[in-house]
Amino acid sequence: MKRVFVKEEWCLGCHLCEYNCAYANSGLSSMVKALQGKPIFPRIHVNGNDSVTFAVSCRHCTDPLCVKSCISGALHRENGVVCIDKNKCVGCLTCMLVCPYGALVQDETGTVTKCELCTKNSCGTPACVAGCPNNAIVFEERCEE
Amino acid sequence: MSRYVIVGNGTAAIGCVEGIRFVDPLGKITVLSKENHPAYCRPLISYFLEDKTDPKKMLYRAETFYEDNGCEVLYNVSATALDPETKTLTLDSGDTLSYDKICVATGSSPFVPPMENLENVKNRFSFLTLDDAKALKKAVKPSSRVLIIGAGLIGLKCAEGLRAITKNITVCDLADHVLSSILDAKDAAFVQKHLEANDLKFTLHNSVAKFKGNTAIMQNGDEIPFDILVTAVGVRANWGLVKDAGGACGRAITVNEKMETSLEDVYAAGDCTESTDISDSLIKVMALMPNAYMQGYTAGINMAGGEKVFDNAIPMNSIGFFGLHMMTAGSRKGQMKTDIQKDSIKRFYKEDGKLIGFVLIGDVQNAGVYTNILRNQIPIKSLSEFNIKKSPSMATYDEEFRRKTLESVVK
Repeated sequence: MKRVFVKEEWCLGCHLCEYNCAYANSGLSSMVKALQGKPIFPRIHVNGNDSVTFAVSCRHCTDPLCVKSCISGALHRENGVVCIDKNKCVGCLTCMLVCPYGALVQDETGTVTKCELCTKNSCGTPACVAGCPNNAIVFEERCEE
Repeated sequence: MSRYVIVGNGTAAIGCVEGIRFVDPLGKITVLSKENHPAYCRPLISYFLEDKTDPKKMLYRAETFYEDNGCEVLYNVSATALDPETKTLTLDSGDTLSYDKICVATGSSPFVPPMENLENVKNRFSFLTLDDAKALKKAVKPSSRVLIIGAGLIGLKCAEGLRAITKNITVCDLADHVLSSILDAKDAAFVQKHLEANDLKFTLHNSVAKFKGNTAIMQNGDEIPFDILVTAVGVRANWGLVKDAGGACGRAITVNEKMETSLEDVYAAGDCTESTDISDSLIKVMALMPNAYMQGYTAGINMAGGEKVFDNAIPMNSIGFFGLHMMTAGSRKGQMKTDIQKDSIKRFYKEDGKLIGFVLIGDVQNAGVYTNILRNQIPIKSLSEFNIKKSPSMATYDEEFRRKTLESVVK
């Protein structure tokens, strides 16, 4: 399956991926209405230090610890994509305690939100990738070990 | 065709089914359920009290799970005896079941210390099962005065849930601080303050000497009148089946990394077992839902002829009360480093250049990075940075690990 991968030497640290993600998942048609003056909860985050930046989102692990650890049965896999049923999540944050990559966040509802590769919104293909100005984020198939 | 029996129908049992099916699509699986419900998420019963979930949403897997996995489930059934010689299991109905491989995933039961006159208290509840929670929810009214015995994880989650119904909740504990299994006294005081700000009342380092009707006479002489009593002191492993059959047990059923007990073809998983905590190499009962799943899954794979070990268990908890989150993992030993802010506490415990434990209260962002460093015993020196004042992230790891994670498919 296709996943999101990151080339850190191409990342400008511009954070556009975060805004595109929050907009894509807002369900709103206006970017201004979706983002202006509100706290946003993107599912991708630019991390880094003084010398390097890179975007981090769910790796869609082949054997995901978060799914195995979820105490509410909310996290599950759909054709390889790690998805969350927000209706079942109670915000215990156990997934955040076990994810080695820091890929899950708690949003304004108190429940957890995460990258679902834009399979659950109208984009259909990852908005972070489409909007990356320097092609530092790509969506492609790479071999599973 | 192999015949598998799973005694129990909780998280470990579901893990076991998924493990078996990962290897063997055809073998016959029989699941014995003491409770009359499909597997549900036990830790969610407190959220059920405050209507944040309901029994349908609490199902651990899809409604078609057993059917999809070709499992036969026998509800309202307990096993009474296991005979590893003849490979048979006797049920409380008197029937017997034969097996090729069996997994004991019987969980634990509430432990209630003796208290004078306890048996005469009318509105008395445990808080472990969905049925316990349903009965409690039905009994508690906005005017009810509730006394909870036990200020541990279960007692306090119960208190939080009941707070949505009534303001009159007192929690007592023999320990001198709340959450004594995961926090030291100082950090517990910080959490207790938050709980008190949400109207919970405490009497600690104190226990019930006796009951006089609906009044608890405490050891220190105080009298606490109540309408509803919840006992949440602790649990004990349901080890009877294995112990009575001569299987090795410590404080729970002894299992190895493959989840084998000392009895041939008998596996065990979940809260009824004890195993090695890699953060301090001690054998413990680590009754946690993630561990239960991993153990069950590991048992299932091995039962079906595959090979899998679960050899990096650590105690870990993610829990929140009234919006204050805390995460703990590993041991609170060794050299400690602390960062205390107005709304948060972070403590890190190191030994031989490795992280062996942490406590995070209030700021838990990306805590899984720490859990990973701990669990995989990654030397702190090899990390790009380890700044306890900053939230951890992918930038914490060394470049090789970071690149591998971001540029390839990870397990």
